[in-house]
Amino acid sequence: MVAAVEPAWYLILAAMIFAIGAVGLLVRRNPLVMFMCVELMLNAVTLTFVTFSRMLDDIGGQAVVVFVLVVAAAEVVVGLGIIVAILRKRPSATADDLALLKG
Amino acid sequence: METFVFLVAGAACLVGALGVVLARHPVHSALSLVGTLFGVAVLFVAQNANFLAAVQVIVYAGAIVVLFLFVIMLLGVDQSENLSIEPIVGQRAAAVVVGVAVFALPVLALASAGWEATGQVANLGPLSGDGYGVELLGEVIFTRYLLAFEVTSVLLVIAVVGAVMLARKNRKADELEIEGLGSVGPDGPRRSTNAPRSSDSTDDEADAGGGDQTADTADEEATT
Repeated sequence: MVAAVEPAWYLILAAMIFAIGAVGLLVRRNPLVMFMCVELMLNAVTLTFVTFSRMLDDIGGQAVVVFVLVVAAAEVVVGLGIIVAILRKRPSATADDLALLKG
Repeated sequence: METFVFLVAGAACLVGALGVVLARHPVHSALSLVGTLFGVAVLFVAQNANFLAAVQVIVYAGAIVVLFLFVIMLLGVDQSENLSIEPIVGQRAAAVVVGVAVFALPVLALASAGWEATGQVANLGPLSGDGYGVELLGEVIFTRYLLAFEVTSVLLVIAVVGAVMLARKNRKADELEIEGLGSVGPDGPRRSTNAPRSSDSTDDEADAGGGDQTADTADEEATT
């Protein structure tokens, strides 16, 4: 192996995952897949936090990641509840049909 | 050694992320997501965040992805999506441009900072001091971030209540729509109209029983 891993590599990798997630969120129309793309972006950000935690030798970044994980879990639960409520009415709903939320 | 771990786990992350975006089938997307989550967990371990790696695997791969798969199976929306049609002309090209910009922005910011983190070193507590790892993390969470931690528990309770409320089947509203509003869209009538009148007795009981149901009926009257 040639070079030791620079912490910056992790940041670049996280930026790549975040960008892929953002593109997926813009391109895909299935609400479930869009939601998975949001999870990808959240994971990229947690990876960034852990890397900064290591670069700055500070525990704060890891503490934030714990909260990000909890918030992500809560967000997934509520978001999937909304998606279930919508898809139950229209099984083939895409993101374009979310105007249905206006009631 | 770390280079090897980084390359393998990073490749797993990227392949998984591309799989999420490019897979036609939602189930394949969810399984690709597992690949990315495991890759990120390995990178956590490589950076001495062992507790977070364990939590990542348990919460994300164990709970969230299972929840995704459960919803996919529950709703039966597991048909493949035809990705060759582009609903808005030029949307994908524009999305890729946005993605490249989103990638370039943090990388340029990092480059301008000289590939180093600019910030106070060990502001909250050194990562490499005594009580390395889990103990230090627990100490910070339960002292400095105690309020946030308690608020988190409230958030979880709210999420559970919200999920139950959202996913509950509102029978009266469904019947009303089949009779009145006619939500029989292009999908056809989903619920076979199983004798709306036969459930009158149960409805009456429910009305007599709880304020919750009466609130629902008031809502329905407002919509009609």
